[in-house]
Amino acid sequence: IEDEEKWLAEGIAGIQHNAFYLHRALDSDNLREALKYSALLLSELRTSRLSPHKYYVLYMRAFDELRRLEMFFRDEDRHGCSVGDLYELVQHAGNVLPRLYLLCTVGSVYIKSKETSAKDVLKDLVEMCRAIQHPVRGLFLRNYLAQVSRDKLPDIGSEYEGEGDTVMDAVEFVLQNFVEMNKLWVRMQLQGPLVDKEKLEKERSELRDLVGKNLHVISQIEGVDLDIYRDTVLPRIVNCKDELAQYYLVDCIIQVFPDEYHLQTLETLLGACPQLQPTVDLKTVFSQLMERLSNYASCNPELLPEFLHVEAFSKLSGAIGKVIETQVDMPIVGAITLYVSLLSFTLRVHPDRLDYVDQVLGACVKKLSGKPKSEVSKATKQVVALLSAPLDQYDDIVTALTLSNYPRVMDHLDSGTNKVMAMVIIRSIMKNKTCVSTSDKVEVLFELIKGLIKDLDGTSTDELDEDDFKEEQCSVACLVHMLYNDDPEEMLKIIHVVWRHVMAGGPRRLPFTVPPLVFSALKLVRRLQSEDGDVAGEEFPATPRKIFLLLTQIIEALSTVPAPELALRLYLDCAEAANDRDLEAVSYELFTQAFVLYEEEIVDSKAQVIALHLIIGTLQRMHVFGVENRDTLTHKATGYSAKLLKKPDQCRAVYACSHLFWADDHDGVKDGERALLCLKRSLRIANAAQQMASATRGISGPVTLFVEILNKYIYFFEKGNPQITPSVIQGLVELIKTELQTDGTTATTSSDAFFSSTLRYIEFQKQKGGVIGEKYDPIKL
Amino acid sequence: VFIDLEGFLLVEAKFQMNYIIGAFKPACHVSVTFSDAKSRKQVPLKKENGQTVMVALFRSLENISGLVSVEPVLGKKVDHNGIKVELLGQIEMYFDRGNFYDFTSLVRELDVPGEIYERKAYPFEFSTVEMPYETYNGINVRLRYVLKVTINRGYAGSIVQYQDFVVRNCTPAPSINNSIKMEVGIEDCLHIEFEYNKSKYHLKDVIVGKIYFLLVRIKIKNMDLEIRRRESTGSGASTHVETETLAKFELMDGAPVRGESIPIRLFLSPYDLTPTYRNTNNKFSVKYFLNLVLVDEEDRRYFKQQEITMYRLG
Repeated sequence: IEDEEKWLAEGIAGIQHNAFYLHRALDSDNLREALKYSALLLSELRTSRLSPHKYYVLYMRAFDELRRLEMFFRDEDRHGCSVGDLYELVQHAGNVLPRLYLLCTVGSVYIKSKETSAKDVLKDLVEMCRAIQHPVRGLFLRNYLAQVSRDKLPDIGSEYEGEGDTVMDAVEFVLQNFVEMNKLWVRMQLQGPLVDKEKLEKERSELRDLVGKNLHVISQIEGVDLDIYRDTVLPRIVNCKDELAQYYLVDCIIQVFPDEYHLQTLETLLGACPQLQPTVDLKTVFSQLMERLSNYASCNPELLPEFLHVEAFSKLSGAIGKVIETQVDMPIVGAITLYVSLLSFTLRVHPDRLDYVDQVLGACVKKLSGKPKSEVSKATKQVVALLSAPLDQYDDIVTALTLSNYPRVMDHLDSGTNKVMAMVIIRSIMKNKTCVSTSDKVEVLFELIKGLIKDLDGTSTDELDEDDFKEEQCSVACLVHMLYNDDPEEMLKIIHVVWRHVMAGGPRRLPFTVPPLVFSALKLVRRLQSEDGDVAGEEFPATPRKIFLLLTQIIEALSTVPAPELALRLYLDCAEAANDRDLEAVSYELFTQAFVLYEEEIVDSKAQVIALHLIIGTLQRMHVFGVENRDTLTHKATGYSAKLLKKPDQCRAVYACSHLFWADDHDGVKDGERALLCLKRSLRIANAAQQMASATRGISGPVTLFVEILNKYIYFFEKGNPQITPSVIQGLVELIKTELQTDGTTATTSSDAFFSSTLRYIEFQKQKGGVIGEKYDPIKL
Repeated sequence: VFIDLEGFLLVEAKFQMNYIIGAFKPACHVSVTFSDAKSRKQVPLKKENGQTVMVALFRSLENISGLVSVEPVLGKKVDHNGIKVELLGQIEMYFDRGNFYDFTSLVRELDVPGEIYERKAYPFEFSTVEMPYETYNGINVRLRYVLKVTINRGYAGSIVQYQDFVVRNCTPAPSINNSIKMEVGIEDCLHIEFEYNKSKYHLKDVIVGKIYFLLVRIKIKNMDLEIRRRESTGSGASTHVETETLAKFELMDGAPVRGESIPIRLFLSPYDLTPTYRNTNNKFSVKYFLNLVLVDEEDRRYFKQQEITMYRLG
């Protein structure tokens, strides 16, 4: 590389040296000297030692000097030689490269002078330039030719257009120059030592723009209309056998010519593609073409009939099929990429043609089938893209669900990708808030996302990342809520379908999938409530009774996990729903299930506390039970409360139970005595707790429990429980006060604050007056 | 590295006086003027001393007429035994320099013996002189035409004055002028087909043609077209052949591949060519050849030589 710098510097010096004499000759209008020194100057371009990049630098230097020379040539008065003679004169130069540079320079002046037909000169120049067979030198020479002739083509409307000079001559000239340049460019790879292959490729790509410029020139020729393009230009361009060139050229064509032409010449353009060498990066070419066409279509919707007329889709699809067929060695990634492009084209141009979309997917399936998964997995990204495309387009998974080939493509994914894809689908649904409304669709959908629903191919969930797994399952849970139909019957079907799929998920998934399903079913139950559910009789499937039956089954499934706490909650929720539907037996049964779980499954004391409070809370709201059932249940609940392990827990559970005997609504149970009994009992437990604390730790526990109980008393007092008298409250307040005094040190600030704010409340109620105020009156603080 | 730019060396017309250089001061000035000197074309002629002079140009069968004027140096008289003018066509071989072989010799007596006191002019005329050969300056041979004025003075030594002129004979364009087309090559290495549009070219002609590469297995660096002149002198065992390359014209730069065709367009006017002389008075011949030379990257040369006939167009 250092050498190269040196050689470049030498070349520049050579040019500068001769340029000096050239300028002097030009200044003195000395043609002979001017020709001599310009030839010498141009001889510097004969070097073979520079890379294209450096050669370009040299070329630009020479180019500048040739501009001056051209000015001189143009002025016949200065050199006294007619341009025709000049055209001969420069051909006397002994070296071919300088000779041709000079010839091109004079040639451009010759055309400009209009003393002869532009066509003849152009033809002669492009022909004579064949003498340079060295790729780099030839490319630059022809580039020079293209550059000086560019504004002198006999284009339509150009001043050089004449009788014999038509736009066809212009096209012919540019095309020929292009073909020759392309040959030289292609030949570059045959030159030079093989070891430098990489370098060579780099140099080639540096030079490709010189070749491509010709296409640009053609595209700029006014007179090139569709006919000329189709019949003359395109066939010549695609008729090239080199891979790098093919790729670049097709790319160039796509870039420089109008979309309309591509649309009309699809057949030719595509026809060339299967002939392209197997290594040509067809997918990029195709994607670009289809991208262009789809942009074209979306910008000009009125052209849609035209697209249909030329059968753009079937041509593209056919071409791609052919390419994949002929290029046997094409990696599967390539094939799928092609299909992705085709698909996005289809989606953008013919969004209404689902059959097209399905066709593309079908072709993909064909390609994928029979390939080992290991191979397919290399194309994972592409397949995901393929499958995502319709989702993005339609904003509606439902459309995709109607594509029969969609799931078949998914089948070819490995389980990991399958999951990714499933997530994509779910996200799409969530994003678009798509409602999946029939059981059939749900069936298909769950088939699609089965990667998330169950273990595939024996892949164990153990290996999975816990967080990922959770996220996936939460997505599924979200999805369940998107399945909805106004028709209860259909909705029930949907629930059945989901249930069937969810069941297959195994114990790890059930805790995630069961709750949404349960709630979905409960929602249905609530909806039925507004209708005359039961009257329709047994033949009507969507009865609440049946649904509850199903619900029980669903929740039972959790026992395999096992997840007793969750199941218990769900039972309670169901029971409450049954309560709302006035189904006493069902509700009772569900409660029973919950109690059984409590007794048999929930062993952790903390869990017990929580579960118990849930039971109590739910039970309190129940109104469907007859006295007997209710007694049984409340009795059980109170019994459990007293059997909790820790005293404070016992205490709290017991005073909570008091609510079971005093429902606030007007027709609820109001058994003041038993409520008071509960409170008294809790007071006893609190006391015992206090003593236990002082016995074990020498200090008595906080008075919080007492304050809490006091609050319960006040609650029932206000609600009008006759058993709660002001004196009872008074007594309790006194008790707490004594406790606080005897044991002031241990009083925590929180219980202190709790107590004082309770007292403040009583004070407030007293002062407020009215009915409540009078009630409080007897209490003295 | 650079090939000569002979192409650009435009022929410069320089007129130079014809001085008589001698050791002794001559007794008189002798000069020859042609009667149509004003209208007659002048062409450059390279003298033995290397100087180029402009001289009159004639064709065969033209009348050569003019005046010989003798002007004695002031105050001197010239005694003479007669004055004559000769028209000589001479061939001089350089291995035998100074010895001229006259193939044409015509004499006109201008004056009977007598004395000249003042400037005296003698008209002369050679009518329809046959001058079949052209003036030629070669490497080993020279053909010249000259008017030789001799003032015969016996013991005092004759005064001799030469006046060169050039003869060029035009020929009509040949009625048959086939192209030269040939396929040559080295087996499995290089096959080319070349074509020159004619086999006979006039001196200001253009050689147009092309070279078509049928097979290329060697890496060619460049290709030149040379114009070579072969001058043979003498005959039989003593034949001497001298070849010189008058033009070296690069046709192609770089390595072509199979199927390429390279254009040829070579203007002959910049080069100093003569017509082909097949047999000049059994003394010498001058022939022209086009030599196509391909040079490969190891500087090996592959060439094919083809004779072309040069002629002078009227």
